[in-house]
Amino acid sequence: MKLIESFQLALKNILGSKMRTLLTMLGIVIGITAVIVIVGIGNGMKNYMEAQFAELGTNTLTVSIRGRGSSRSVSVDQMYQLVEDNPQLLDEVSPTVSMSGTVKIGTDTSDSTSVTGVSEEYFDMRGYTISQGRGLQYVDVSARKRVCVIGTYLAQTYYDGNPVGQSIKIGQDKFTIVGVMTAQADDPEEGGTDDCIYLPYTTAARLSQTGTISSYLFTVTDEDQAADAKTLVENTLYKVFDDDSVYNVTSMAEMLDTMTQMINVVITVLAVIAAISLVVGGIGIMNIMLVSVTERTREIGIRKALGAKERYIMQQFVIEAATTSALGGIMGIVFGYVLCGVATVIIGQLSSESITVSPSMNSIILAVGVSAAIGIVFGYLPAKKAARLNPIDALRYD
Amino acid sequence: MSALIEFQDVCKTYEMGDTIVRAADHISMKINQGEFVAIVGQSGSGKSTCMNIIGCLDVPTSGNYLLDGRDVGKMNKNELAEIRNEKLGFIFQQYNLLAKLTLIENVEVPLMYAGVSRNERRERAKTVLEMVGLGGKTAHKPNQLSGGQQQRVSIARALVGEPAVILADEPTGALDSHTGREVLALLQKLHDAGNTVVLITHDNSIAVQAQRIIRLEDGRVVYDGDAHAPEAVVSPGAAGMRSAV
Repeated sequence: MKLIESFQLALKNILGSKMRTLLTMLGIVIGITAVIVIVGIGNGMKNYMEAQFAELGTNTLTVSIRGRGSSRSVSVDQMYQLVEDNPQLLDEVSPTVSMSGTVKIGTDTSDSTSVTGVSEEYFDMRGYTISQGRGLQYVDVSARKRVCVIGTYLAQTYYDGNPVGQSIKIGQDKFTIVGVMTAQADDPEEGGTDDCIYLPYTTAARLSQTGTISSYLFTVTDEDQAADAKTLVENTLYKVFDDDSVYNVTSMAEMLDTMTQMINVVITVLAVIAAISLVVGGIGIMNIMLVSVTERTREIGIRKALGAKERYIMQQFVIEAATTSALGGIMGIVFGYVLCGVATVIIGQLSSESITVSPSMNSIILAVGVSAAIGIVFGYLPAKKAARLNPIDALRYD
Repeated sequence: MSALIEFQDVCKTYEMGDTIVRAADHISMKINQGEFVAIVGQSGSGKSTCMNIIGCLDVPTSGNYLLDGRDVGKMNKNELAEIRNEKLGFIFQQYNLLAKLTLIENVEVPLMYAGVSRNERRERAKTVLEMVGLGGKTAHKPNQLSGGQQQRVSIARALVGEPAVILADEPTGALDSHTGREVLALLQKLHDAGNTVVLITHDNSIAVQAQRIIRLEDGRVVYDGDAHAPEAVVSPGAAGMRSAV
């Protein structure tokens, strides 16, 4: 007897009692739906996070140094040298100096504006572009010029979009605006990425009276080797300080990895919880199959008398259970997809962020596999019972 | 010529609680190719046990059962299933058709387990259904038929695999006397066509349709011979009791 015939027989039996089959499948349907929706939400979250990190640049390393007194320190030149010596890992570097002075434009003050001293390469490293005027130049840095580039928010709010050549005060010092950065956000807002001022790091270091520069931004040559680049920077710093607690190197790619891992763990835990209903569904299938074996005792007796071997009877019942379960799995996938679509719409309406809930192909393949496997596992016991029936007793049963 | 069915000192015992029941007590007999034999006995005489053993549904506790020269007693469950499929055609009192299948599908079942291809199965099932006079109802379900018709389907199913032995267990038991006679006539026809038919019954009036009667009582053979001899229908235990011949 061929497998395809067992399968046809199973379909005939399953379709013969639709209501019962539907109820039997329900546990599997719910389980698979839940798993798919949860994995879909997880994927949506991951994609959202990745997009957010990509904005920050996953190709960057952030270095911050607390230092060990004045005896040991690294200079800006050493950092530039490091990049020059290791072009296969590191691409560019820019010192970053945060300033805390109040920003004044005429009589207005802006408290939320971030003020950072950077090198002329910084914009390029970050992927920022200039929409008006010019960016910072080498000569601005070397001559410690009092010039700055401002974000779109400041330009629009305080200068009617025409700030180049005008002045701005940071603390007590007056700067000339030489350029405006292209807007980062769709709608520049206070405290956002477009509410910023960049000035030469040399100027910033002098004004804030920090003797040594304590943070740097590196870009790595190859994102996939971000971990190697990080190690290189760490090793260099360790040679200087001989203590790994006084500096900190953060790789955005690594942080993204960490976040992704965390999300994965959460999703896995949730999916496992959802999968418990698959087990419950499996038990439901086993229960119905046991009832079915009892109901069909006489049929089994007849089939055995007519020459069915144990394995044919077994095959028939296992395939029936697996088919029931797999059909449930397919229904679960359909429902899962529909719910994912619904969830995407709901999340979009509840929050300003849009997360696309999309189940992965893997989770679908897994879902069908798991549901068929559940059918086989939980169908095995009833099938064994059916196959073992003594034909004489089974024929007499009514 | 070696016998088709040969019982050599066959015993079958069951444990019923503390007591041991001897359902077959040293039965020896031979049935040859082409014979029409009735195995007769009251309930408890051991005829069901005998049928189960002949039908390879059960194996003897001791002694040998040879079917077509092969020792069935030493076979495992798979081999028993195979030999049932190959050598035996069952006709049951309750017809035992599968209610969800159509008539032709019912008749195809033994061929399906024999691994016959779908097209050949359909052909052969159709042929035997035509032979029993139900060629026009192949797509019907069993419950759409009368008892006599259902029994004819079950005969078709027994025949379709061209078995060595057709084993009929009280084939007329659930039928009225008229349709019962029709079924018996059909069995007679099969015998005339050269088939070996073994009929199991408690009813002497049915048994005498056969050529030969084997009468069982308390698990022993008490008569084995011509169905038309007067002793054939007399129970030795109850002398003088005769049934209508």
